Amino acid sequence: MNDIDRLIINQLQTGFPICDAPYQQLASQLGLTEEMLIERLQVLLDNGTLSRFGPLYHAELMGGALTLAAVNVPVERFDEITGIINAYPEVAHNYARNHRLNMWFVVATETPEQIEQTLAAIEQQTGLTVYNMPKIKEYFVGLKLDA
Amino acid sequence: MLALDEIDLAIMRATQAGLSLSPQPYQVIAEQLGLTADIVMARMAVMQDSGIIRRIGAVPNHYKLGYRFNGMTVWNVPDDRIDELGVKVGQLTFVSHCYHRPRHLPDWPYNLFAMVHGKTQADVDTQIQQITELLGTDNQACDVLYSTKILKKTGFRSRS
Repeated sequence: MNDIDRLIINQLQTGFPICDAPYQQLASQLGLTEEMLIERLQVLLDNGTLSRFGPLYHAELMGGALTLAAVNVPVERFDEITGIINAYPEVAHNYARNHRLNMWFVVATETPEQIEQTLAAIEQQTGLTVYNMPKIKEYFVGLKLDA
Repeated sequence: MLALDEIDLAIMRATQAGLSLSPQPYQVIAEQLGLTADIVMARMAVMQDSGIIRRIGAVPNHYKLGYRFNGMTVWNVPDDRIDELGVKVGQLTFVSHCYHRPRHLPDWPYNLFAMVHGKTQADVDTQIQQITELLGTDNQACDVLYSTKILKKTGFRSRS
């Protein structure tokens, strides 16, 4: 990653114009050419430095639902439970974490009812208690990580 | 709930995987959907103003940028103080997400969640110290959970 990449990443965490030729507009702001900006973006996406580029939608405002859930998985069942939980298409992210509650996953569905159904199905299939931790209030989302 | 019509939903679906890297990306969406670029841009601007689109931009992979220490800090604070405290914690520059979530007593006493990110353990320790100082006596218990492995990560349609 070079200085131009850093500049692009930092800038693109703050927003992107809505206009006919947005890459050109942004490129001229950054002192780059449109071609260079697009080429670097492609590289950063291809090599995984950027996991996504585009509009980020607010699930709940669109009628969809999200929750964070956690389970306490016995060590000897960790791979088995990972397989079960990851197999649900509603499970978007799943992380192992260093806590008694050692598996944390995000469930995203079209409706709030489907959240309950998915968590109930996971409980039934795994025999484990699923701790449902939907957000009650959002104070902040967003971050500019300095590249 | 904000009213979204079929055009908004079609735009949403067309951009789920991201925005085209061609010079006129809104024109590309318009052609896919049989609309004009002006309509696509106008709809997206309205969705952005109303918060349905949180922003248009890039999501970096934390690890690739060198942020290897990503901690989910969790705090038990009084319910009647959490909104004030949550806003303050969310304003800290190193906090990426800050939420009020339910406790599950007795196993899980924490109701305030703040994700922090650092390039070193020392960075994160300093950040945690700053939150600790900010919360003061309202901090009744806390913990930090680090991710030890990504088990699944998919791009999904609505996440910021």
